Amino acid sequence: MAKRDIISLIRENVIQGRVAQDDEGLDGGMVGEPGVTELIEKALAKRLDVRDIINKGLTEAMNLVGQKFEQKEYYIPDMLASAEAVGVAMKLLEPYLAQSGIKPKGKVLLATVKGDLHDIGKNIVTILLRGAGYTVKDLGNDMEPHSIVNAVRAEKPQFLGLSALLTSTMVNMRDTIQALEESGLRDKVKVIIGGAPVSEEYAKSIGADGYGSDGFQALAVIESLTST
Amino acid sequence: MPREGILVPNPYVRITDEQVQQIHRASLQVLLDPGLICFSKKAAEIFHSHGAEVTTASSADHPHWHIKIPEKLVIEALDSAPKTVKLGARNPDNALIMRGDEPRVYFISGSETNIWLDVDFPAYVKKSDSSIEIQVPEFHPRRATVADLCQSAHVCEHLETLDGYIRTVNIQDEDITEDNKDVNKFFASLNNTTKHFMSGLTKLEQLDNVVRMAELIAGGKEALKENPIISFITCLVKSPLQFVEDTTDTFIEVCRRGLPTVVSSSPQAGTTAPIKEAGIMAQINAEVLAGITLGQMVNKGTPLLYGSVPVMARMDTLGDSYGSVETSQYNIDCVQMARFYKIPNYSTSGVCDTKIPGQQASIERLFSDIVVTLSGPQYLHCAYGLLDCNAVFCLLQAVLDDAHFQMIKFFLKTPRINQQELAETMKQIKEVVATPQKLYIRYIRQVMRSGEISAPYPFEGDGESDSVFALAYQRMNELLAKPVEHIDPDTTAKIFREIPGLLPRLNVYKEGK
Repeated sequence: MAKRDIISLIRENVIQGRVAQDDEGLDGGMVGEPGVTELIEKALAKRLDVRDIINKGLTEAMNLVGQKFEQKEYYIPDMLASAEAVGVAMKLLEPYLAQSGIKPKGKVLLATVKGDLHDIGKNIVTILLRGAGYTVKDLGNDMEPHSIVNAVRAEKPQFLGLSALLTSTMVNMRDTIQALEESGLRDKVKVIIGGAPVSEEYAKSIGADGYGSDGFQALAVIESLTST
Repeated sequence: MPREGILVPNPYVRITDEQVQQIHRASLQVLLDPGLICFSKKAAEIFHSHGAEVTTASSADHPHWHIKIPEKLVIEALDSAPKTVKLGARNPDNALIMRGDEPRVYFISGSETNIWLDVDFPAYVKKSDSSIEIQVPEFHPRRATVADLCQSAHVCEHLETLDGYIRTVNIQDEDITEDNKDVNKFFASLNNTTKHFMSGLTKLEQLDNVVRMAELIAGGKEALKENPIISFITCLVKSPLQFVEDTTDTFIEVCRRGLPTVVSSSPQAGTTAPIKEAGIMAQINAEVLAGITLGQMVNKGTPLLYGSVPVMARMDTLGDSYGSVETSQYNIDCVQMARFYKIPNYSTSGVCDTKIPGQQASIERLFSDIVVTLSGPQYLHCAYGLLDCNAVFCLLQAVLDDAHFQMIKFFLKTPRINQQELAETMKQIKEVVATPQKLYIRYIRQVMRSGEISAPYPFEGDGESDSVFALAYQRMNELLAKPVEHIDPDTTAKIFREIPGLLPRLNVYKEGK
């Protein structure tokens, strides 16, 4: 398989949202053909340039997926499937980024705050951020403020995303931000919040740096904060 | 291939088999005693010649007859009435095939209203903050015209869920007379929809002109028999229990020509029928059976629909209350009676009491549309666009109704639960549970594109504003901008040559158009 073939296949499989060979893809009938996982492994085995894999394979594919989404040919589940495929690819490529001179876009910690077990929104944001090239560490649900502070201290992320679904647990976002302040870490990390009961106003009132009303807005906010 | 309609998998049953039998027996009793008063001489003679007891009870001004119909005649009629009725269409793919024992529902427009409701969206500025401007729909009633009838047929042609077209408005242009109304309403409708067309007849003398027009369009006498692109609705029995002269005579002539006809009765519980359910049911069923019996005596095997438009009286005005819950109950009872006789049923839903589109209209319509559909009538006159009982038609409301029926049709899809489906999803469950995100989203995609997921409400606005009317209005105009397949130029020319009374402005091929 030629270099160009592998990269175009990666692109095609990201567009189809195929993580691995077991996926049937959007158009169906693709089970058994190599998916993004197998193709990235092949590309690495053939020592293809990691920059080409990322730029001509993954990024170009996601640009096309974005266009399809704007043209209403693709829907959110399609975007997420493609983003998930890119996230898996980036995980495989991670060990090779430094030697290829590629700087990661940024690191994001995500958590659902204390008392809350709802994680659909957080999980969608995880997929989207990974698909956009961020390194994401998902801390899980029902996270105590001090556990989040410890993780921020250890992982040194650029961003911390906090999620809550309940009006009774959203107040724990404020407690988490206060805990960051008390530990002297608040200015080391940008805090973005999201979830059904919270709003832009609430984000401001608790001293968060940003608010995402859905996964795509969360990604957009982080992208805008990355570039500032 | 005929239209599919929607097959109701397990039709809702309101009355028990025993209650159906009780109503049937009570109706037979009513037909014998007191029987019916008949103002049609033709009908009285037909009943007499077939062995019914007919006595003259004439007054000089209003000659009429008392008719007692024996059970034997009714049973013979029920035996000979077709159990499957085909309603054809200009586009044969739009034909409707109705089996009396199959709860396959077709959604149909109607009825004939005098008033057409225009809508526009004037802007209003907030008194306390002139920077805030909103558009509020305003509705303007006016007398309906033949151009309105063309427009409504045009839009109904493009409404996805609408299976057949009953003329929506009574045309009242200055140049429309009793003599030319029928030919113009039939032509205006047939020229703007390729779906089945049903209407009442204003003047019996116009029947042959209307039938000839249909023959020209269908391709001849035999072709019309094979593909009856038109059918008739006749309210021959006025409640309680009176054969009206003109509609009964029309009914007899339509039956003689073998064209499909609805035997319709519309008693009002409390005024022209007993207020109690048992009473109105015994009476309406007797009235419809009397019509079916007459039709079969006129022409054995002529296709008839069991037409039921029972309605509750409003207690405040004694007007019709189509929006009442009882009206839906009566209609469902009638669906069951028609199914008992295995004769396709023309039923009613969606007609609301309120005068303009809005929340009350939506609630009343959707309620009866859902419950009556669930009972599985074959030909559901669900009155797209009808408001203020039977008085007002609004095209915007018809577009809104189409969205309701998309939901109802989707709801009635057959459940796909089987071993293969379960095996596939069990595999998914195992796969997803093993992933960190534990989301099934990637499996949505193919299902979404296969049409297995319902579409969101089509008139949902952005943010918190209610844009339903504005978006439905936009949709209505989009549908009006879509072309319709008119009758071809040669046939149109023939129709205008042969059929007297057609308005030249209805000829879309006329020079200058």
